[in-house]
Amino acid sequence: MSVPASFYLTLSAVLFTIGAIGLLVRRNVLVMFMCVELMLNAANLAFVTFARELNDVAGQAAVFFVLVVAAAEVVVGLGIIVAIFRRRVGATADDIHVLKG
Amino acid sequence: MIASLLGALVGSVASSGAFSIPHIDYTAILPELILIGGALLMLAAGALSVRHLPTFAYTVLSAAAGVAALVSGIVLWEKIHGKGRPFTAIAHALSIDGFSTAFVILSACVIIVSSFIADGYLRREGIAGPEYHALALLGASGAMFMAAANDFIVIFLGLEIMSIPLYVLAAMDQRRAESGEAGMKYFVLGAFSSAIFVYGIALTYGATGSTNLAQIAGYLANNVSTNDGLLLAGMGLVLVGFLFKIAAVPFHMWTPDVYQGAPTPATGYMAAIAKVGGFAALLRVFFSTFHSLTATWQPVLWVVAVLTLVLGAVLGLVQRNVKRMLAYSSINHAGFILLGLQAASASGISASLYYVFVYAFLVLGSFAIITVIGRRGDRDHAIESYRGLARSHPMLALAFAVLLLAQAGAPFTTGFLGKLYVVEAAVQSHSYALAVIAMLTGAVAAGFYLRVVFVMYGQGSGAGARADDGAGVGAGVGSAAVPGEALAGHPELAMASAPGGALEVAPGGAGGAVASGATATAGTLVAAPTEPDAGETAPAGAGGAPSPARALPFDLAPTTAVGIAVTVLFTVVLGIWPGPLFAFVHAASLLF
Repeated sequence: MSVPASFYLTLSAVLFTIGAIGLLVRRNVLVMFMCVELMLNAANLAFVTFARELNDVAGQAAVFFVLVVAAAEVVVGLGIIVAIFRRRVGATADDIHVLKG
Repeated sequence: MIASLLGALVGSVASSGAFSIPHIDYTAILPELILIGGALLMLAAGALSVRHLPTFAYTVLSAAAGVAALVSGIVLWEKIHGKGRPFTAIAHALSIDGFSTAFVILSACVIIVSSFIADGYLRREGIAGPEYHALALLGASGAMFMAAANDFIVIFLGLEIMSIPLYVLAAMDQRRAESGEAGMKYFVLGAFSSAIFVYGIALTYGATGSTNLAQIAGYLANNVSTNDGLLLAGMGLVLVGFLFKIAAVPFHMWTPDVYQGAPTPATGYMAAIAKVGGFAALLRVFFSTFHSLTATWQPVLWVVAVLTLVLGAVLGLVQRNVKRMLAYSSINHAGFILLGLQAASASGISASLYYVFVYAFLVLGSFAIITVIGRRGDRDHAIESYRGLARSHPMLALAFAVLLLAQAGAPFTTGFLGKLYVVEAAVQSHSYALAVIAMLTGAVAAGFYLRVVFVMYGQGSGAGARADDGAGVGAGVGSAAVPGEALAGHPELAMASAPGGALEVAPGGAGGAVASGATATAGTLVAAPTEPDAGETAPAGAGGAPSPARALPFDLAPTTAVGIAVTVLFTVVLGIWPGPLFAFVHAASLLF
């Protein structure tokens, strides 16, 4: 109880930043997925912290929605990766470069 | 022991009285339920049927679900009008007003038209199964939820229900490497933007104490805070999440690649529905919820709108691929729609709503024609593929010219009126510079639309010159004028353009590109779109080098022709006679 809320929020911001930078810097698609998960969980941590601060259960309920959506995203994302890399060796984003951008 | 624990838990929850099951007004979410139910029904039918059901059956089911959703949306619209005021449903999580219902109706229209357009593609490519239509239905239901959401969490859920099917649709074409790549790129950046969006919601929740849009608006109206970093950060991140979805600069990087890589009908659907859902929520959140912070977000949107307008128009000029070109065009259109929001006035919202309506039909029709021109394999998307189209397929070329000119803002089309209304709204709110920039970029963007029109209507050069650049169309021009004579010589080719069939016949020893259909096929487009494709096949001019892969005929399925005809008629008829749509949009923005 003695840990102030700002600590949790700072941790959440740090996790979010690590996730965002990791997604932009890392080239392995699976690691990029993990970075997205990190960002979503940073948001979850922020939700729970605020819910506790505000003494409001809605923020905690929001976490469940975010978790479910994250799971659904991973299912689809891994499906797409498997479809692409069925005939490839590694999962490196730079190897996929048929399109210009 | 576990049972007693659970019992204690339930008892404590019940005794605290904090939870009460909200009343669920099923009529309020009937359009969404119909689409989701249609998708589930389709998947069940696909799984349970012993033999593959014909693709057309799924198309009919999808269109029927769209029509049912449209009808229930109209019923909802009448109900709101009867009451004279909007209402909220399901514990205030959904806001059923004219604005949301207008977007519900638009989403239903999009799903109907796009299922017709996709039908021809699916049959041409031999893609069996219910997946395409089921995913499209689910995506549209997500867009409807976004439009009706009165809670950030519901917006987030709607965003994901819309986006996840779009990722899969982009990656659906297993035969082209670009498709999978587009899907993955869209997925990674989409998930990134969703995470940013959720973090923005969390910060906004922390700053205002609620995720409910109305409660946030009430909090902001009653508590004046001049320096609230948490709230501003939350609002900024939410805005970034939206700008990703609507493809506004600087969050547009994914757009050209995804538009190019995705299967063409899916591109059209994606462009329409993502703009519909994204703008529905963006307009509501920023005009209604963050209304008291208008002075803060208006300059930001000014910059974003300028960047979006300019980059979309300028980069569109240098594209050689029509799908990429339309991707930049869609970025430019997003800038125009932002113009209405930037005005932050009732007339601005009304103008944006009108523009989204117009754009959805324009983009569906344009990509439907690109689907047809892309031929089997969905690969012929260079501008050169359109050379001489006006002579080989006059009606198709005319339809595409109308849709492109409407996007450029030619008078007597809905595109012109859309641009007029948003610029008018910008002028009314004294954003003169922005209005001028918008009109200038509109003129620049007209350059690349007109280039395609000129290529279609310009002189086709010799068949030999075209043979090696994947055009094929130009090669067909020479002899398209005498199909009867040509057919007399090659009777076996006469059946080559029956929908979905006998494509193998075409690249035979005739030694040239084959342009199917000619006038007769294209004629069905407007004159009698429901008739079976009365295709004729004209062997191409003598000079064409044999290139069987490129010599495939166009395959304009009657269903696709109906879809194109609907979008063209919408564009022209409501462009000449704008009263009904404008009255509808005006009423929708009044019942906000």
